[in-house]
Amino acid sequence: MGKFKYTDENEQEFQRVAKKYPKIDAMMLPALWLVQEQEGWVSPDAMIYVADRLGKTPIEVYEFATFYTMFNLKPIGTYHIELCKTLSCMIMGAPELKKFIKDTLGIEPGQTTADGKFTLSEVECQGACGGAPMIALNNQYHENLTVDKLKSIIEECK
Amino acid sequence: MAVELVKIVSKNFDIPDSHKLEVALKHGRYDSIDKAFSMKPEDITEEVCKSGLRGKGGGGAACGSKWQLMPPVDERPRYLIVNGDESEPGTFKDRQIFQYDPHLLIEGIIVSCWALQANEAFIYIRGEYKWFIDRLNEAIEEAYKAGIIGPKVMNKYDFSVDITVHRGGGAYICGEKSALIESIEGKRGHPRLKPHGKECEWFYDMPATVNNVETISSVPNIVLNGYESYTKYGTQKAPGTMLFAMSGPVKNPGVYELQYGEKMIDVINEIGGGMKDGLKLKAVIPGGASCPILTAQEVEKAHLDYESMWEIGSTLGTGGMMIIPEGTSMVAVAKNLIEFYHHESCGQCTPCREGTGWIDKIIKKILEGEGSQNDIQTILDVCETMNGKTICVFAPAVKDIIKSIVQKYRHEFEAHFNN
Repeated sequence: MGKFKYTDENEQEFQRVAKKYPKIDAMMLPALWLVQEQEGWVSPDAMIYVADRLGKTPIEVYEFATFYTMFNLKPIGTYHIELCKTLSCMIMGAPELKKFIKDTLGIEPGQTTADGKFTLSEVECQGACGGAPMIALNNQYHENLTVDKLKSIIEECK
Repeated sequence: MAVELVKIVSKNFDIPDSHKLEVALKHGRYDSIDKAFSMKPEDITEEVCKSGLRGKGGGGAACGSKWQLMPPVDERPRYLIVNGDESEPGTFKDRQIFQYDPHLLIEGIIVSCWALQANEAFIYIRGEYKWFIDRLNEAIEEAYKAGIIGPKVMNKYDFSVDITVHRGGGAYICGEKSALIESIEGKRGHPRLKPHGKECEWFYDMPATVNNVETISSVPNIVLNGYESYTKYGTQKAPGTMLFAMSGPVKNPGVYELQYGEKMIDVINEIGGGMKDGLKLKAVIPGGASCPILTAQEVEKAHLDYESMWEIGSTLGTGGMMIIPEGTSMVAVAKNLIEFYHHESCGQCTPCREGTGWIDKIIKKILEGEGSQNDIQTILDVCETMNGKTICVFAPAVKDIIKSIVQKYRHEFEAHFNN
C-alpha cells in the first residue's frame, strides 16, 4: 500500500455514500472526488488506493480518471482558475481575460505560477453562458466578468 | 402580439429564499403529492401522456411514452435517473431549478417515482455545478429530515423514495442518457448501442427511466392541476412551456419560461431586450450548440417549437439560444465549436473521434490562410462520413452545426483563401 489514505472524515463519508448504490462500482466518481477534495489532485498512489477500495485494478481507475476532465492528474496551485472558452464566452470576451491572465500572472492554460499560487485551465462550456464571460475559481463561479473585475478577484487571492 | 412569460416551472424563482423548505411549503411545494397518491400509478402516466409533456433535455421525446416503456413491476428494483448534466453549450436552465426551487425537483421526483413504481432516484449533475449540487443536497437533507422523502413519503404513504445526487466529472457526453448510466456505474461515459425495439434504460441490468431535470419539474403541476392546465399553453404538438435560455450580446441574457410557439425574433427583442451596444444580429444557434445555425433572415421566420424549427431546417434542442452579432467571424465560430466537439468526443467510434479532429485541423488551416475549395469539400465529406455511422447522436450533431455554418457562410471561409 502507498501513502494515500482517506482522512477519518472522508472515510466516514465514503462509507455513508457507498450505502446508497446497488454496487460498489458506482463509487468510482464519488471516491475520486473525495480524493481530490482531500489532496487537490488525484495521484497515482491515490488511484491505487481507490482501486483497492473498489475491487478494481489500478489501470481501471486510471482509465476512468483520465476520461473525466475535472480530475487533476498533477498537483495544481492554491487557486485553480478555470476559464471558459466556449462560444458565448468567446463572443463576450474570454480571449481578453485569457490575455490578461497571461500578462499579469505569466501563465498559459495548463501552467502554474512559480510560487504555486495560481493554475490556469482553459475549459469547455461550464453552463454559465448567460453570464459570459466567466471563470470558476476553486469551483466558485464568477460571471459577467470584465478585465477589471477579474483583476480584483486575482488581487484578493494574492 | 407581445411575448408573455409563463410561470409554471419558474413560478417560485423570484421568491426570496424559495430554496428553503419552509418557504417552499408556503408557496405550494409538495401540494401535488396527496393528489398523486390518490391516483393509481398508471393514471399518473396517463395524465402525463395526455399533457403532451416532452423531454426538455434536447430530444423532445414524449415523457409519458417513455414511462410506459418500463416493464411490469416484478421483484427487481426500479430506478428514476434524473439528468442534470446540462453540458450543451448555450444551455443553463436546469441550474435555475437547483438554485431557486430544488424542492420542485424533489416533488417531481416523488410523483414520478410513484408513477414508475421506483423507490430510488439518482440525480446526475455535471461536476462543475458544485455550488448547485450543494444547494440541492441541502434541500434533499431538509426533505429527509421532514419525512417528505425516506421510508414513508410525507410521513404517511406506504411508499419509500430515496434520492442521491451523483456528481459528474466533466464530460459532455455524460448528458447522453446511456453514457450517463455507464458513468454512474463507474465506467467511462461511453454511450451504449441502442436496441432495435424501444425499451426502457437499464441500470445495473435493472429497469430505469432517464428524464431531464426540467421535465421532472414539470410533472407536479400537471398532476395537481390536470393535463388541461398544461395543454392550454404552447402548440398542438408541443403543448406547455419550456425554460428558454438566451446568451450572447443581448441586453437581458438569462432564462425565461415561455410557451412553445413564440416567435424567436420577438423573444430576442422583447424578452432579451434586443442587441446591446448598437450591435446587429448576425445569426442564432437556436437550442444549444448542436442545432443548425440560423441566419438573421431565418431568425425572423423562426418559431420556438419543435415542428416549426424542423420546418426551417434546424431543431429546438434545449431551447438555449446563442446570439451571434455582426462582426463575428463565422470561421472562428466553427473553429470554437469543433474544438469543443473534438475535446468532448468520447472516442468510442472512429468516425467521431477522428472526424472531429480532422475538421478541427482543416478549419485551423483555413484560418491560417492555407485553405482551398478542396478543404471546404473535405469538411462536408467528413461531416457525411460521421453522420449516422456512430453509436450516439454526437457525430450527427457535429455534422448539423458544422455543415450549416459552412453552407450558410461559405464566403467567409473562402475569404481566408486569399489572405
